[in-house]
Amino acid sequence: MGYVAVKGGVEAIENAEELLKYFRLKGGSKPIEVKQIQDQLRLAVDKVMGEGSLYAPYYAALALKQAEGDTIEASFILRAYRSTVPRNHYSLPVDTTEMHIIRRISAAFKDIPGGQVLGPTRDYTQRLLDFELAEEDEERAACFLAGFLEGLETGAPEGPVTFSKVIDLLREEGLVEEFQAKQQDKTGGREDSVMDITRETTTFPCPREGRLQAMARGEIGGMLAIAYSSMRGYGDIHPTLGELRVGYVPLKIPHPRGTGELYLGRVLVTEAEVIARFADEDGTPKFTVGYGLCFGHNELKAVSMAILDRTMSAVEPQMPAEDQEFVLSHIDGIESSGFAAHWKLPHYVTFQSDLDRLRSTQKRKGEKN
Amino acid sequence: MIKQIVDSRKDKGYNFAFIDEQAKREIRRKTLKAVAIPGYQVPFGSRELPIARGWGTGGLQITLSLLGPDDVLKVIDQGCDGSVNAVNLRNLVVETTKIATTLDTEEATIIQTRHRIPEEKMTGGQILVLQVPYPEALRIVEPSEAKTRVMHAEMDYSKLWVYLYEDIVRWGGITIGARYPAMVNKRYIMDPSPIPRWDVPKLHMADTLYLFGAGREKRIYAIPPHTEVIPLEFEDHKFRVEDFSGLSCGRCGSTSSFLDEIFDDSSGQKTYLCSDTNYCDRRLTGLAQRKGNARNDR
Repeated sequence: MGYVAVKGGVEAIENAEELLKYFRLKGGSKPIEVKQIQDQLRLAVDKVMGEGSLYAPYYAALALKQAEGDTIEASFILRAYRSTVPRNHYSLPVDTTEMHIIRRISAAFKDIPGGQVLGPTRDYTQRLLDFELAEEDEERAACFLAGFLEGLETGAPEGPVTFSKVIDLLREEGLVEEFQAKQQDKTGGREDSVMDITRETTTFPCPREGRLQAMARGEIGGMLAIAYSSMRGYGDIHPTLGELRVGYVPLKIPHPRGTGELYLGRVLVTEAEVIARFADEDGTPKFTVGYGLCFGHNELKAVSMAILDRTMSAVEPQMPAEDQEFVLSHIDGIESSGFAAHWKLPHYVTFQSDLDRLRSTQKRKGEKN
Repeated sequence: MIKQIVDSRKDKGYNFAFIDEQAKREIRRKTLKAVAIPGYQVPFGSRELPIARGWGTGGLQITLSLLGPDDVLKVIDQGCDGSVNAVNLRNLVVETTKIATTLDTEEATIIQTRHRIPEEKMTGGQILVLQVPYPEALRIVEPSEAKTRVMHAEMDYSKLWVYLYEDIVRWGGITIGARYPAMVNKRYIMDPSPIPRWDVPKLHMADTLYLFGAGREKRIYAIPPHTEVIPLEFEDHKFRVEDFSGLSCGRCGSTSSFLDEIFDDSSGQKTYLCSDTNYCDRRLTGLAQRKGNARNDR
């Protein structure tokens, strides 16, 4: 008790930290360079940037190293770091038709303007454990790179690199619902400003921009599970993947000194648009749309997000995936993992209180019988 | 460039009390609103901290927003200053403020706590900040936040009363252990955080300001000094604190404090010790107040 216990607690924490370091290094292999994680564990880095809600590939890689590969823990570290960084600017809206595409597919049409671009994907690769990879070394990697790049044009492409979107083509034909102006957003939108979920508390109904922000930093496992419940039949929206894009979008801010825009750089994003069952809100039946956009290359997340965006637009929610409060309150990985982990904290005072209740109830029941 | 940033962060170049001043100001404003409407849950823009959500981030944000260089802080978890989580939270505050800390309830200007209110009576000059996992007392009868907010606005507490009634019918008594709901200032039913029932009466007409912070659920609420706080009860089923009759602390001999039940490794016997370790220490050194907040020795 008392001071001795405090000292004990301090020592225990310090020892636990030392042990973590020991367990990370005890194998005796060469310490992983952060740059290696950033380059070669690309998808883990993207996941951490998304859930950590900060586009910082090097820091995300560092967090992954620190967390020994645990993406939720790494996201938490990045998110905590993020809250210490001042917010200096809000970017101008990004037009994703300007995306510099590395991958672009549509499941709705066989061919689309600009063509299907398979890009880097494992979708059609057999998931066989690749034993050759075990032999990979610097020489082989360099040899592969040289061979791969030989004869490829790597300069700036001629002509436009932007493609119109599949959804826009359908919209021109009057087959897909119009963009909802903010004042028409029946689920709580505000006319004059965009809410910022990092600065204000989410209340329900939550405007669509708030829903999308929450999902963009949501935890993929949680989002996938709820979106999957809809796909299996708990409120199926009958989705077709109109378009999935992965690529770099330019980020601009209003020029801080004077007029015009200032180009800050580009970020890698994944964008998904699903076309869902039709509705006739303004009299004419039209397909409805769900939208997903997240940091990095994370296709499952963008697709899950697009499906949940659509399910949550339900006017009278019946199923879990349609209930904004249910979805948005449970997809943040930092919150859910923190609370799930907190059960490891001592609860002996509350448990003592519960014991007292059980004993007195048992006593009462015993007296009765 | 990355190296420069990393270097500048290495010396822990964080703001006093970690959170930036704008955010602290917002938290203090929301806290003032909470004080002005006792028992009402005020939403706030909860910031991420280097402590996990669910581990005291709500209380910690209030504490960090209030601390000045002259404050003396005490942090307890389950009544104990030495609990690893209390140590961890205290370390963060010390690292980012260099302020003085204490184990002594009397010396502290601000006490942050999880699951306990100190046994010794706190004064008007002190603030107790409680960490809150579930700010909503109605959550056991209504899972939706949108609906419970309406229920509070309309003072529609019938569902909770029915829950308590059904508890009595099913089990012969109310089975809520900790987190016992109370009516504040005849207006709002509130969740006093998972303190034992033992501590709930300490909230009533106290000299001290009680602040409640729920970081994950993003709510702040308060009980100002001298506010009426009445645990929910029926005329024929009165609110009752935990029963430790016939038991005493195996260390200081107190028969009037909340006790932890402990299984002794060597003897296999159950022993009891004060949950408030500072109270226990002070009793051993003869410093404990005669007229404490603890119930009179029987």
